[in-house]
Amino acid sequence: MIALDIFGISNNGLLAITAALTGIGLVALALWLAGLISPKSFNAQKGEAYECGIPTRGESMAQFKVGYYLFAILFLMFDVEAVFLFPWAVRVREMGVGGLVSIAVFFGVLVLGLIYAWRKGALEWK
Amino acid sequence: MYDLSVITDAIHSFLAGFMPSWLTVTVECVLIGVGLLLAYALLALFYIYYERKFCAAIQCRLGPNRVGPWGLLQSFADMFKILIKELISLNNTDKFLFALAPYLVILASMLAFAVLPWGNGLQIIDFNIGIFFLLAVSSIGVLGILLAGWSSNNKFTLIGAMRSGAQMVSYELSISLSVITMVCLAGTMSVGGIVNEQADCWFIFKGHIPAIIAFIIYMIAGTAETNRGPFDLPEAESELTAGYHTEYSGIHFGFFYLAEYLNLFIVAGVASLLFFGGWMPFHVPGWDTFNHIMDYIPSVVWFLGKAIVLSGIIIWFKWTFPRLRIDQVLAMEWKYLMPIGLFNLALMTCCVVFGWHL
Repeated sequence: MIALDIFGISNNGLLAITAALTGIGLVALALWLAGLISPKSFNAQKGEAYECGIPTRGESMAQFKVGYYLFAILFLMFDVEAVFLFPWAVRVREMGVGGLVSIAVFFGVLVLGLIYAWRKGALEWK
Repeated sequence: MYDLSVITDAIHSFLAGFMPSWLTVTVECVLIGVGLLLAYALLALFYIYYERKFCAAIQCRLGPNRVGPWGLLQSFADMFKILIKELISLNNTDKFLFALAPYLVILASMLAFAVLPWGNGLQIIDFNIGIFFLLAVSSIGVLGILLAGWSSNNKFTLIGAMRSGAQMVSYELSISLSVITMVCLAGTMSVGGIVNEQADCWFIFKGHIPAIIAFIIYMIAGTAETNRGPFDLPEAESELTAGYHTEYSGIHFGFFYLAEYLNLFIVAGVASLLFFGGWMPFHVPGWDTFNHIMDYIPSVVWFLGKAIVLSGIIIWFKWTFPRLRIDQVLAMEWKYLMPIGLFNLALMTCCVVFGWHL
């Protein structure tokens, strides 16, 4: 009951590249097909941004609300910590109580970070 | 239990009979690619039909019923119609990024799609860090959505993309926390290994309380990760026309639509992998006759069945709950799901270390 390599190919990198090329191929193929059978008509109005009928005012690629970036920074912090947790999670059963204690310290710092961000008001939407 | 590697081994030995080894590998890779493409397209078409019928049933309607028997050919007709629509080229877009975004979105979902455990001996990519690879590649999709919104040079798309970025990035944390919780129980990150660990009993029963909490968190975060209702505010049609893909037309829009449905399938597939044993049949420890009967159902049917039932739950969410606001969405993640997820991880490690599980 062992998951066997498909076709006996044990090089997973090759299979990942195959899947990636399939994805790219799907988009390229569908675009090519659509280019063959779809109509093409030019109209100056078609190129306008789809907003409200009158021409767009101001720059659309503008500076944006800072609240989103705060969450992006918080995400970066916690995601990196999650990456560190993965290898530990695989070995937790063998390490036993020692592993539990050592990760508790790391975990404590993580939770302190969350509490700090919470108290500072970084999680409030303003 | 049927072992589908018999079929792939037969094809392999047939090809290796008259070809040099490098050509064999190439032909097999092409076969895998074609298989992936077909599965991807057919599943997307099936899901469009499935969701439309499901929501029609919830809203006491009939849903598509004119094209083909029971409207079965409706999504084929839709796909053909979307192909013959014009691809409008806009004036002020960033042309390169605008064209790149659909590639990234499809690439992310295709790579994640190939990692799923399709059946006994039918698993395509089986890295020893498989589940981590899956999380990594599925986050490329956020990049595609952000690029789509930014490059369109439209205020609606920019707001949609920013909301989507903040939301997907936040909920990814909950997803990875519940995945870590289950990796603790499995003791391996390989997708095939996780499935084999559940041979006697599925993890949702084996890990009891922490596994059930992790499952609930995973389903909520997974719904948000696919940008589906009640978390569909990146494409809230009443405020943002169509959100980040407003400016995409024809098949260009079709790619985002396709990837959304495939992401739904991938989220449900990963849930079935982590909690319901992937392709593993339902086994109860000690009930040998029952287990033996369950083994007669093919593994592909088990996997697809679980994934379709679980995605039914996500579709049910969409057609039941009203849409949230952005502050509610972020508060839900950071103030509720994240702390609960961290606590649940601690609970699970205690369960694993002290052996408080089945």
